[in-house]
This record gives sequence, C-alpha cells and structure tokens, in this order.
Amino acid sequence: MDANNVLEIRGLNVEFASERGRLRALRDVDLTIPRGSIVGVVGESGCGKSTMINSIIGLLAHNATVSSGSISFQGEDLLQKSERELRDIRGQHISMIFQDPMTTLNPVLSIGTQMIDIQYRDQIPKAQKKARSIEMLSRVGIPDPESRLDNYPHQFSGGMRQRIAIAMALQAEPELLIADEPTTALDATLEVQIIHRLKDLQHSMGCSILFISHHLGVIAELCDFVIVMYGGEVVERGTVRDIFHRPSHPYTFKLLECDPARIAETTRSLPTIPGEIPNLAKLPPGCIFADRCERSIGLCREKIPPSTEFAEHHWARCHLAGEVSST
Amino acid sequence: MNTLLELDDVHVRFRTHSPLNAILKGIDDPFVDAVNGVSLEIGEGETYGLVGESGSGKTTLARSIIGLVEPQRGSIRYDGTELVGMPTAEMQKFRGNVGAMFQDPVGSLSPRMTIRSLLAEPFKIHDLSQRNLGQEVNRLLEMVGLNRDFANRYPHQLSGGQARRVGVARALALDPKLVVADEPTAGLDVSVQGEILNLLGRLQQELGISILVITHNLNVVRHITDRMGIMYFGRVVEQGPTETMFHQPSHPYTLALLSANPEPDPDAEIDRLELQGEVPSLFNRPSGCEFHPRCPFADDRCQASFPDLTELSDAHSYRCHHPLHVT
Ligand SMILES: Nc1ncnc2c1ncn2[C@@H]1O[C@H](COP(=O)(O)OP(=O)(O)OP(=O)(O)O)[C@@H](O)[C@H]1O
Ligand SMILES: Nc1ncnc2c1ncn2[C@@H]1O[C@H](COP(=O)(O)OP(=O)(O)OP(=O)(O)O)[C@@H](O)[C@H]1O
Ligand code: SF4
Ligand SMILES: [Mg+2]
Ligand SMILES: [Mg+2]
Repeated sequence: MDANNVLEIRGLNVEFASERGRLRALRDVDLTIPRGSIVGVVGESGCGKSTMINSIIGLLAHNATVSSGSISFQGEDLLQKSERELRDIRGQHISMIFQDPMTTLNPVLSIGTQMIDIQYRDQIPKAQKKARSIEMLSRVGIPDPESRLDNYPHQFSGGMRQRIAIAMALQAEPELLIADEPTTALDATLEVQIIHRLKDLQHSMGCSILFISHHLGVIAELCDFVIVMYGGEVVERGTVRDIFHRPSHPYTFKLLECDPARIAETTRSLPTIPGEIPNLAKLPPGCIFADRCERSIGLCREKIPPSTEFAEHHWARCHLAGEVSST
Repeated sequence: MNTLLELDDVHVRFRTHSPLNAILKGIDDPFVDAVNGVSLEIGEGETYGLVGESGSGKTTLARSIIGLVEPQRGSIRYDGTELVGMPTAEMQKFRGNVGAMFQDPVGSLSPRMTIRSLLAEPFKIHDLSQRNLGQEVNRLLEMVGLNRDFANRYPHQLSGGQARRVGVARALALDPKLVVADEPTAGLDVSVQGEILNLLGRLQQELGISILVITHNLNVVRHITDRMGIMYFGRVVEQGPTETMFHQPSHPYTLALLSANPEPDPDAEIDRLELQGEVPSLFNRPSGCEFHPRCPFADDRCQASFPDLTELSDAHSYRCHHPLHVT
C-alpha cells in the first residue's frame, strides 16, 4: 500500500444470499483515498454505494459475504480485523455519517445523553463534555443548542437530525470520515455551510473524506476525486475535473446529462436513462451497462471490459475508454 | 382554476420541555411555534413547491394537511371541507383522498411487512380488499419501475432509492386527488429522480391531481412546480409563480437560498448572498422581521416592526421592508 493513501480498496467482491440466488452486489471494486483528500462517490440508486461503505466499516448485513479483495486502512487490512478491533477503529479513527440519521441516533435517549455518551473515552469532566456538545450543535446550526440537549430525536426536523448525526461524527476528530448522503435533508444555505465545515476539517486536521451524494453540484464543489458506480462496479474514476469536464464512460455521460441543474429551459419531461439495471443475480456476459448504452458495439455484449487507465489518473471500465468524445 | 386546498393562518406549536423542566431551565415559554400563521392556496391540477430553511416547519405543515397533527389555530379547507377540528373517525376516512409520501423512506415502511403487504395495505385500510390485490400490487410495482420480484422483499433489503419508489407506489395506490410529497426524490440518482418526477407529472396530466411538494432540491422545484412558497422560521416569507421567484425574488432570504445552490461544475463561479450570524432562538424569537439578525439589508425599522404582507401582481407576495428589485 502506498503510504500517501489513507484507504485502498482492491478487487473487492461482495455477495448477498437471496431467494433468487447469489446477488453479486460489488464486483472488482477499486478505490483509493489519498491522505487529506475528499473523494466523492456517485452512481445509480442501488449500485452498491452503501454496501461498499459497510464493507469498509465492517457492518455488512448478515446475508452478505466478502468473497475476495482487500481493504487497507493506514496499511492494515480491515477485512482481517476482529469485531472488537473494528469497533475501536470505528470509534477513534473512522467516523461514519449514515444515510439515515436514525441509524446513529437512539430514539429513546435525549440528544444530550447520546452526545455525552460517545465521548466516553475522553478523561474530562462531564460539564466539559456537555459544553463541547453544545459547541458542536451550534456549529451545525441547531438553534438553542443548550436547552434542546434535553430533546429526543423525534422532536427535531429531518434536517436537524441529520445535522446532529454530523455533529456526532465530527466530535471524534477522525482520520477518515465516511459520509453517506449527509446533506440530502438540508436546505441549500446549510448544505453550503456543511461543505465549508468539511473543507475546514480537511485543511485543519488533515482529515480524509469519502463522500457519497446524488447531488452532483455538491460533489463538484466539495470533492478532489470522484468515482462513478453502476450496477456494483466502479465504471469510472478520476479527478473531479476529469469526471465533470472529460467524462469517458457512457454511464457517466448519461448521468451528467440527466442532472436537472444543467437544463436551463424549464421542462416537465426530465431526461432519464431508458432501460433497467441488470439483475445482479443473473449478470450479463459482457459489459454491465451494454443494455442501456447508446455506444455499445458487438464486443460489449461478449466480454467484460477491464478497468483501463487511459489517461493519467483517469480510469474507465469501457471497451471504448478514451475513444468516447467528451462534452 | 378551482382551489382544491386552502390554508388560512395555520398555527402549530409543540411543547419542548415539561413544565418542571422549563422552570429549572429558566424557559418562560417551553414551546416552539413550528408553523406560525401560514396561508396558501393550491389549485386543482397545480403543483405547489414548499422550500425553505431546515426546521422552518415544512414537514409540520404537511402533517397538519394529512391530519397527523392538529393546528392550534387557523383553517385548512380541502375541496370545501374544513379539516381543523374534524372528528378522528371522519379524518380517518378523509385520508384516502390525500396520498402522502414521507421524508424518511425506509423508516416509514414497517420493517416486518413484505413489499407486497405494504402495497396492499392502503386497500385494506380503506375497505377495498375486494379488488384483486395481487394485480394491484403488480400494477403499482410496474408504475414505479420495480421488478415484480421485489414484492417478496422486506424494506431493509432495498436500497434507499428502491424504498423511495415503494413510497411513491403507496401514495398513489388509491388514486388520490392531492398528493403531499415530502422530499419525494431525496436519495435518488438524477435519472431515477427524473423517472419519478415524470411519473408524477404524467399522473397529474392524466388524473388532474394536485401536488404539494416539499423539497430542498432547488433544481427539482424549478422544473416541476407552477408556484412556490419560501418558508423561514415558521412563516411563508415569499410566494409566487416559480419563474418569477427564480428570476426576480423580492425577499432577501429567497435570494440567499436560491443563490446557494451548488452547481455541477467544479469551476463554476460562486456568487452567493451570504447570511450573517447564528440561527436565532426559537424560544425567544427576534423582534420585527424575524430574519433581521441574519439579513444583510436590515436596519432599525426591520428590528422594530413586523413587515406587512405586500401583494404584487400574479399572486406574488412577500413580507420585507426592503424588497429586492422593487422600487
Ligand atoms: N441485505 C440485503 N440483502 C439483499 N440485497 C441487498 C441487501 N442490501 C442491499 N441489497 C441490494 O444490493 C444492491 C446495492 O444496495 P446498496 O444499498 O449498496 O445501494 P446504494 O448504492 O447505496 O443505493 P442508494 O443510492 O439507493 O442508497 C441493491 O440492489 C440492493 O437491493
Ligand atoms: N413532535 C415534536 N415535538 C417538538 N418539536 C417538534 C416536533 N416536531 C417538530 N418539532 C419542531 O418544529 C420545528 C419545525 O420542524 P419541521 O420538521 O416541520 O421542519 P422542516 O421544515 O420540515 O425541516 P427539514 O427541512 O429539516 O425537514 C423544528 O424546530 C422541530 O424541532
Ligand atoms: S463497454 Fe460498451 S456498452 Fe459498456 S459502456 Fe462502454 S461502450 Fe457502452
Ligand atoms: Mg445507499
Ligand atoms: Mg422536514
């Protein structure tokens, strides 16, 4: 593993056992997070983003198996760690903001109790822990943080719960922060405020961030690198400018094209990608995107395209990688 | 156009501290005014967008329309029928008229029910079990673009996006006249989001339904709504035709919000109206215009007096002493 990277995933394969057979949810996934950088993950709903994150932090569902691959964090393979070791890593070195804030929050405990509890490792008086919690809440824009420490999760709005989960994740000052759609429930001004917070964190603490979002505007503003996933594979990865200005994989192309932010004239008929995601229990013999791809050639339906670095630090899993003209 | 839904001066308050706890904390008035005098109308076949600050009362307003919270004051008339003060049994029956999509997709689906029973449930609740439920379930799955196999799955076996589609299917099950959709596409990639919005648009054309959509996604609001309202701190501070709101907003908060939207271009020039200061206290609301502590244009008058409602042409109205673009 390259010492300049905080996290490296190589050749990761994950399967779910289901009634329909083995669902191959992740196939040959590669991901690199250079130290101190922010890496964005975008892709189709159900393409395996949360499954990838859960593999990193060791919280895969019971019916999941990692069939091959490695996940090195600071030089150690997380897939070889015990439950206990992983729990320590999650508490101190890797923090997680889950897609659904209620994964983090306990509905029957007040917010204050929960925020103080997670500081159990710190040998400081309780009053100081409380003060720190208030400070964190006000930094994510929760009004009246002191008196609202007494409130329970259901007494907050969706976006407030999301911000509380963010505050709790940042409290640990992790080396790696994994955020699964952390700003979906926030208004645009708050979203920008949170982006600034995360960038501050990156600069002041050298924290690296893996950031999943469907909001392409946020990805463009926040991230240094981007990976694009489709149907359980990483189909393209590169710098944020490569992905937005020089997309190479036909799926990336389509994804950007479908963003309503790019469509100046208002329309009630928004662009979509015709067709369906293939059945992960019965994979096609060739490229995973071939059925929906406007550029596919005969080879695409016969052979799985390898991931090719067709330009420096710019990979795509497409037989035509590098040939496809950009926008 | 006929009015379908008419809200007049709706107020909703929540208690945040028990009486004893409030005394201990020195809080005189341990309530938050989540919705503080909202009036708006939605016409038949119209799409109205409600956007605004996280915590400003959007979900609470939506819940009061579908009868899940009771306003303390004001009136909500649906097709001529007053909903405030309606007896519970009657309310139960009324709910079939309004399709609801909730903010939290997985959490709003009971974890122990299969997707098949979740989709059949609305028919059972409203005594429509004589219909061929198997057929109805297949119809709904197809409508939202999910394979029939999904009927056997449980909510936790779905990706966030797939759960979202199940939510849409449930909301539309009984062919409602009004759909209240709280963040209907949060957590979806842009192409699936396009599919869901096109689907709602198509159903609206075919069936003439009205839609109240609450969302933080400004790109979505711009494309799909006819009119929109901006909420800040429990009030609608500006409302009007969507085109006008984006091109000529009057309220400074509207401009701050709309200009914050991150663009899908890493080299985009950023031109935002930044808000100053902290979020104000809900227990001790600011005097005069409640936006004044954060408004770049505030002066003494803003601090002293609450701005009246100013009505421009085109059903465009706002509350501000120093409106933009208006001389
Ligand atoms: N426990 C499980 N059992 C069976 N299938 C599962 C399970 N968890 C997820 N899946 C399936 O695996 C695929 C990947 O799901 P995952 O949640 O990782 O997607 P995602 O990219 O995070 O999607 P979204 O953007 O909608 O959150 C989906 O097809 C999903 O239905
Ligand atoms: N059951 C409750 N008890 C106490 N306070 C509540 C309750 N439900 C909501 N509130 C408060 O009411 C205010 C408005 O919340 P609401 O959920 O309506 O906001 P919202 O505009 O939907 O925000 P978001 O965009 O974050 O979803 C918040 O201050 C919230 O804490
Ligand atoms: S490999 Fe072929 S089918 Fe797959 S994305 Fe490239 S061109 Fe399209
Ligand atoms: Mg996910
Ligand atoms: Mg809400």
